Amino acid sequence: MWPYVIRRVLATLPVLGVVAVIVFLLLRLSPGDPAAIIAGDNASADDILAIRAQLGLDRPMLEQFLLWLGQLLRGDFGKSIYLSRPVLGLIAERVEPTLALSLSTMAFAIALAIPMGVLAAWRAGSWIDQTIMAVSVLAFSVPVFLIGYGLVIGLSLSLDLLPVQGFVSLTEDPVAFVRHLVLPTVALGLVYTALLARITRATMLETLNEDFIRTARAKGLAEPRVLILHGLKNASVPIVTTIGTGLALLIGGVVVTESVFAIPGIGRLTIEAVLQRDYPVIQGVILAIAFVYVLVNLVIDLSYTLLDPRIRY
Amino acid sequence: MATTAIAAADPAVDAVRRRPGLLRRFRRYPLPALGVLLLAALVTSAIGAPWFAGQDPFEMNVVDRLQPPSGDYWFGTDAYGRDIFSRTLHGGRVSLVIGVAVAAASTLIGLLIGVVAGYFRTADAVLMRIMDGLMAIPGILLAIALMSLTRASLWVVIVAITIPEVPRVVRLVRAVVLSVREQVYIQAATAIGTNFPRLMLKHILPNTLAPLIVQATYIAASAVLVESYLSFLGVGTPPEVPSWGNIIAEGRLYVQIAFWNILFPSVFLALMVLSINVLGDGLRDMLDPRLARRL
Repeated sequence: MWPYVIRRVLATLPVLGVVAVIVFLLLRLSPGDPAAIIAGDNASADDILAIRAQLGLDRPMLEQFLLWLGQLLRGDFGKSIYLSRPVLGLIAERVEPTLALSLSTMAFAIALAIPMGVLAAWRAGSWIDQTIMAVSVLAFSVPVFLIGYGLVIGLSLSLDLLPVQGFVSLTEDPVAFVRHLVLPTVALGLVYTALLARITRATMLETLNEDFIRTARAKGLAEPRVLILHGLKNASVPIVTTIGTGLALLIGGVVVTESVFAIPGIGRLTIEAVLQRDYPVIQGVILAIAFVYVLVNLVIDLSYTLLDPRIRY
Repeated sequence: MATTAIAAADPAVDAVRRRPGLLRRFRRYPLPALGVLLLAALVTSAIGAPWFAGQDPFEMNVVDRLQPPSGDYWFGTDAYGRDIFSRTLHGGRVSLVIGVAVAAASTLIGLLIGVVAGYFRTADAVLMRIMDGLMAIPGILLAIALMSLTRASLWVVIVAITIPEVPRVVRLVRAVVLSVREQVYIQAATAIGTNFPRLMLKHILPNTLAPLIVQATYIAASAVLVESYLSFLGVGTPPEVPSWGNIIAEGRLYVQIAFWNILFPSVFLALMVLSINVLGDGLRDMLDPRLARRL
């Protein structure tokens, strides 16, 4: 197993390297002078020169890249042009809301999607199946802001049940923390739920056709036991894979949801940075998120050996 | 298994088997048929917006600002007294252009890269690492970053949404090419001296067609959604263009007193994405029954 783990860990390096190159080139390949873009419309020639020197844009491309990569490896993500503070610090300040929203959404979606998918596969072709599938196509297509504002208008503004927007830290007030997370979680979670419910149904359908399911039923096991212990457990690998790859979709949704509910997370940070053309921050956010994405999918890949003892490397 | 694969890959056999069944299959799938009808209605309303809308989407009637839906203003008015009905119909034009352009561009680029990666083993490793890297960056985030590089325009939005979609197409095409190139009939074609372009066009590309059409449909749906997200966030289509995302972004300020500002464009957006997705599911079921069972 260990050689596999080492190989799998090493395999993430080229991916991260390519991400670094893409993020590096993003600014350099933009049409027009990046220093001028950063400086803004009413900058003088001196301002532009100063920014160019500050970012090292006056040096050869390869030298710039190696220099930048060296800083990255030492944990230096550069400084925000607008706030002149380290990018990593800015990200750290904003990480709690984003992490809280992502985790609660994931928990919500998994809790909802897996029973939905199992039920749909169990009663494949019935009206239950068709309803669940229709609901998930719908949930997959409805934009976050329609659900988000719908919930805000329905539950917060008219009934005053939950806060309209904002975020409260867990350490500050745990009750307010949960109350503020409910609406964004539901608004964002439906898309992810739809994705997971579809894949759960599909893999369960395949698993339920296997001989060992027939055996389990023939020896008189209760149906829930057949479905969960024999069915779901054997269908778990593709479902867990989709939880991992669906993370990209989830993070994209987080950016929009943070905007709908005025949550001061990484998504808002990114949008603020884009509007201010604060490139070091944009680069830092993309690198950090791609790193998390690769890491999560690495952990998921490695966890297969736990989920499915047949997988031995 | 092997014989059916070869039979299905023969265009002549396929044509005979598929064509008569198409209409009947449509009747067997009422949901996709409904999706097509809905999509046709939305496309008609978007293309015909200048004739159906009745009012200029830019005309401001400050006296009538933030009016609720009425006989004069079917969907109400926005903060400048502009007609939301007209703006929503015109917004459909933006989404339509984006959906079609992104689907076409990402499919073509992905097809090209995918064929190269699948057929030329030396290029494969490098190309696929680049695709892996691109896929590690969430699509919307990459699009947002790309939007920051230059002044916003419809073209920039199309490019920014297309780039994150390309790797998915590449993977799909590469997988098909990899499996097809091992088939006996490809060996046979090579043995009788078929040149590379002919081999590609006649024997390999036709196999990618069905999954590509399905994928292109899903990409169009995703592109329409992503454009609205970008515009909503203020980093998409230039704000003066009445796209659904822009109308919603402006309307959010008045969500408490004039919810119709965001309701109607959001519903149109949801219906368009839904109808394209349903169409995609239907096409998948019709064109590739094997996939249908899996998803």
